[in-house]
Amino acid sequence: MFKKILIANRGEIACRVIKSARAMGIKTVAVYSDADRNALHVRMADEAVHIGPAPANQSYIVIDKIMEAIRKTGAEAVHPGYGFLSENMNFAAALEKEGVVFIGPPSPAIEAMGDKITSKKLAMEAGVSTVPGYMGLIADADEAVKISGEIGYPVMIKASAGGGGKGMRIAWSEAEVKEGFESSKNEAANSFGDDRIFIEKFVTQPRHIEIQVLADKHGNCVYLHERECSIQRRNQKVIEEAPSPFLDEATRKAMGEQACALAQAVGYTSAGTVEFIVDGNRNFYFLEMNTRLQVEHPVTELITGVDLVEQMIRVANGEPLPFKQSDLKINGWAMESRLYAEDPYRGFLPSIGRLTRYRPPVEGKTSGGGIVRNDTGVFEGGEISMFYDPMIAKLCTWGPTRADAIEEMRLALDTFEVEGIGHNLPFCSAVMDHPRFVSGNITTAFIAEEYPEGFAGVTLDATLARRVVAAAAAMNRVAEIRRTRITGTMDNHERKVGTVWNVALQGEAHEVTIAADRAGSTVRFADGAEMRVESDWTPGQPLARLTVDGAPLVMKVGKVPSGFRLRLRGADFICHVRTPRQAELAGLMLEKVAPDTSKFLLCPMPGLVVKINVAEGDEVQEGQALATVEAMKMENILRAEKKGKVKAIKAAAGASLKVDEVIMEFE
Amino acid sequence: MKDILQELEDRRNVARMGGGERRVAAQHAKGKLTARERIELLLDEGSFEEFDMFVAHRCTDFGMEKDRPAGDGVVTGWGTVNGRMVYVFSQDFTVFGGSLSETHAQKICKIMDMALQNGAPVIGMNDSGGARIQEGVASLAGYAEVFQRNIMASGVVPQISLIMGPCAGGAVYSPAMTDFIFMVKDSSYMFVTGPDVVKTVTNEVVTAEELGGAVTHTKKSSVADGAYENDVEALAETRRLIDFLPLSNREKAPTRPFFDDPARIEESLDTLIPDNPNQPYDMKELILKLADEGDFFEIQRDYAGNIITGFIRIEGQSVGVVANQPMVLAGCLDIDSSRKAARFVRFCDAFEIPILTLVDVPGFLPGTSQEYGGVIKHGAKLLFAYGEATVPKVTVITRKAYGGAYDVMASKHLRGDFNYAWPTAEIAVMGAKGATEIIYRGRTAEEIAERTKEYEDRFANPFVAAEKGFVDEVIMPHSTRRRVARAFASLRSKKLTNPWKKHDNIPL
Repeated sequence: MFKKILIANRGEIACRVIKSARAMGIKTVAVYSDADRNALHVRMADEAVHIGPAPANQSYIVIDKIMEAIRKTGAEAVHPGYGFLSENMNFAAALEKEGVVFIGPPSPAIEAMGDKITSKKLAMEAGVSTVPGYMGLIADADEAVKISGEIGYPVMIKASAGGGGKGMRIAWSEAEVKEGFESSKNEAANSFGDDRIFIEKFVTQPRHIEIQVLADKHGNCVYLHERECSIQRRNQKVIEEAPSPFLDEATRKAMGEQACALAQAVGYTSAGTVEFIVDGNRNFYFLEMNTRLQVEHPVTELITGVDLVEQMIRVANGEPLPFKQSDLKINGWAMESRLYAEDPYRGFLPSIGRLTRYRPPVEGKTSGGGIVRNDTGVFEGGEISMFYDPMIAKLCTWGPTRADAIEEMRLALDTFEVEGIGHNLPFCSAVMDHPRFVSGNITTAFIAEEYPEGFAGVTLDATLARRVVAAAAAMNRVAEIRRTRITGTMDNHERKVGTVWNVALQGEAHEVTIAADRAGSTVRFADGAEMRVESDWTPGQPLARLTVDGAPLVMKVGKVPSGFRLRLRGADFICHVRTPRQAELAGLMLEKVAPDTSKFLLCPMPGLVVKINVAEGDEVQEGQALATVEAMKMENILRAEKKGKVKAIKAAAGASLKVDEVIMEFE
Repeated sequence: MKDILQELEDRRNVARMGGGERRVAAQHAKGKLTARERIELLLDEGSFEEFDMFVAHRCTDFGMEKDRPAGDGVVTGWGTVNGRMVYVFSQDFTVFGGSLSETHAQKICKIMDMALQNGAPVIGMNDSGGARIQEGVASLAGYAEVFQRNIMASGVVPQISLIMGPCAGGAVYSPAMTDFIFMVKDSSYMFVTGPDVVKTVTNEVVTAEELGGAVTHTKKSSVADGAYENDVEALAETRRLIDFLPLSNREKAPTRPFFDDPARIEESLDTLIPDNPNQPYDMKELILKLADEGDFFEIQRDYAGNIITGFIRIEGQSVGVVANQPMVLAGCLDIDSSRKAARFVRFCDAFEIPILTLVDVPGFLPGTSQEYGGVIKHGAKLLFAYGEATVPKVTVITRKAYGGAYDVMASKHLRGDFNYAWPTAEIAVMGAKGATEIIYRGRTAEEIAERTKEYEDRFANPFVAAEKGFVDEVIMPHSTRRRVARAFASLRSKKLTNPWKKHDNIPL
């Protein structure tokens, strides 16, 4: 076995690889850029080598720098993680030349599958079902329009070298093809250094289901069943699960066998993923093969018990697979929520900054019989920079059934504390409670269809709201009693904390009577119903774990006058707890109208103004592009929300703006 | 007998009606509570004991003798806030627009005298059209009587003013001399002369809100220490503030049970200071992570953001925090921040509230506007305030402590009890580049660069100061809460007295 391996990556995946390597007794080498000097993967590795400035194209994807780090540390093999150099055949070739083992597939397989056009041809030859599309290279936008017309709309415009949603656009019209072609090309050039683009038919009502394969150097190839990754936003996966709630045994087997056939046709070894689009009739089409470890591999690990990273290392070391296809059963259900540093209340725009608080749920067995796993590359006090992928953690849960896995995920998300940056935890929570998601009737359009106006938070249903009311009343009692225990009170004239409280949340007031004993509190509602609340919550704790009528309830608790800011299940609201008289007087206060910002275009995220598309005095139409702001390597086009006339432009191209800084003003 | 008892109830009911249903409704329509409702929210339920409910004015001019409502436009008395005694007065806008008459002032004076005698804070809820014009000079005399008591009470019992409606003319000077002023957004204003007079005299056109609203006084003038959305929030937050304050200067700051480990380790503080010394970070994160339960009551949040002032608790006991904020003007000291912090430090010292100072200060802000504005004397206020303070003083230097500003920020030399520094601290006469340019004046640019590097290596750290004993100990950021808590614990019986004097002569 290797004595030392280098991980040519950063973030959670570098940490993930280090964990398996360490468990196998292999020493690890991390590489890091200026921005990652204090990163978690650097702390976890046995050795770390600095490889240059923060931008990935000057550090993590510079082959020479990685090669130098290998020479310096004497690493015998390299795990590339995902992204960066993981599917770069030049890198694999460079390693080969120096006699360093690449923990991944052989470079011809990367080459064959890395190019989406070639891979599709090969897939067809291997008898894998494929989507209609144009396989050749496309010179310019006009040609793209012509080809799109031939295939029939809608079409998908994709970077040949792409992945993870970068350089990918869906176009429903000629205009969109033109625009999408250019921006895909730019993004592809920036992200991958390869601006080749191809176009294919966009399958409607599709599900994204992929097969995990694992092949050794002795001709053995198995599939570790499927993952469903249909919950995507702008082609970026948000929630994945294994198995798929949609596949039947026959389809699963057919897809698995085709995936293995393709892997074997290209001489594939190591772990790889064959992605399919599956339509409503369980017809499946080959999409692409990812010749690397996938982001969402943990869900497969949770249902099969196989450590994919360990197997990749063993295969790279020439060992045969220790199992046969028939050994690989599906055990239970696993869910994964990707934690992105993206603000769901601002159209999921990237958010950067310092993680002032980062407390993931405890990993391992849960009291409910499930499992929680969190793959992360960040830590409290760490910095989320604008240079890399905004994904900062992958929260996974396992349960015997899909419903169990979802329930475990709900609790795990409620327990996960992240402060300092905008993040999508509330959104993930909302999806876990969404009836359509719970039913399993999902497609890749789920988010677009269910959240067409974006995400504005969740309103708790009446049953859950009542549980929160009971909890808030009990928590408030603890806080009020503590207030009376201050020094300097008048003897014999201390304040007595009352038993009747008015709890207001989400626009509804509940009058409750609370009776406390040693073990907890009994909260009686106006209709006579009672709820029992037990908790060891004390004032100031940002996370309250309670038991309400025997079932767990976890909430994030913030401070506000006369109550709490509570966050749970994707909801975020102020809960006032007042005496009935206080509530009555509070009712006399006037609602204040928020200031009107509709006459301004505000910068929705910290970023760089790439382009201002209009000039002062211009009439703009609804939907017209006004400015382009680059953040996290993504170009975001800001569009007019309504018709209007530009009064003043406040920011110029090249300006670096903060959130909510004014870009332009309208008349 | 029964009738006599009933008469008391009847009279009480009349008094409680204030200016009558119509005026109460008008008050409510503006989103404002009545004088009595405010008292109800400020005090513990059922704890209010009223004085002078039946006091009526004595004016006989202008037909005033025909209208002598009980209470005369102000409700006064005492009650408790979480069981601790406070005195209150609450002006009743529904009675003569809350205007101040001789008797109205006498009522206020009575409870202020009681407060001073019995050692309890005075909380005034101001909602008044101003002087009772009909009473003429008697009204002015009334104001002055109140002013004199504000002055006598200053530094003896905490005085808090809530501006919950108009407060104009002479009326502003009573709140101005109290310890804290809080305003209610959109429904309160304070000015010496109103928009009409301003227009007449200076031809300036300005609204009452622009001239003296909550935004003006919290952001521009610094007259007010905070502003709240409405009466209910203002009163709830005032209760919260009172829990931080001693009842008088005869008592120690209050303590209450706390649910936070004094030895809590905060690993994330080890990465609070950015690698780049010119990059800002949020000092509030440090305050929140040092405080019990992350609870911080900020004073003057919207003014002079380059310095942060407010109250936290450590081991359940109130502590005043003064901290440079690198996010604003690099955390420098200037006229505004010096004045803001000086006043806060003096409040803490007057009321035996220990002071925690968090230092990251690159120096005083240079420039003509500062010098012309008198930064010398304003900066000296903070220096003076720290130097005269005898309460426990614990200081943590997180990063820069340069030049005179180092001296000012509760340095060892100003009788700091515990002066800690993080390993990231740079305690020096000035930044490395500036220093070398002076020391090596006239040398080549390369040599200056080289010497700057040398200077940085030698002086951009806490150890030179530590060698001299100006820093008592260099501490790990993650253990700051434990170290600070232990420092204050060790200072619980600190005794330090300044030489006798009639009073000092702080550079006002």
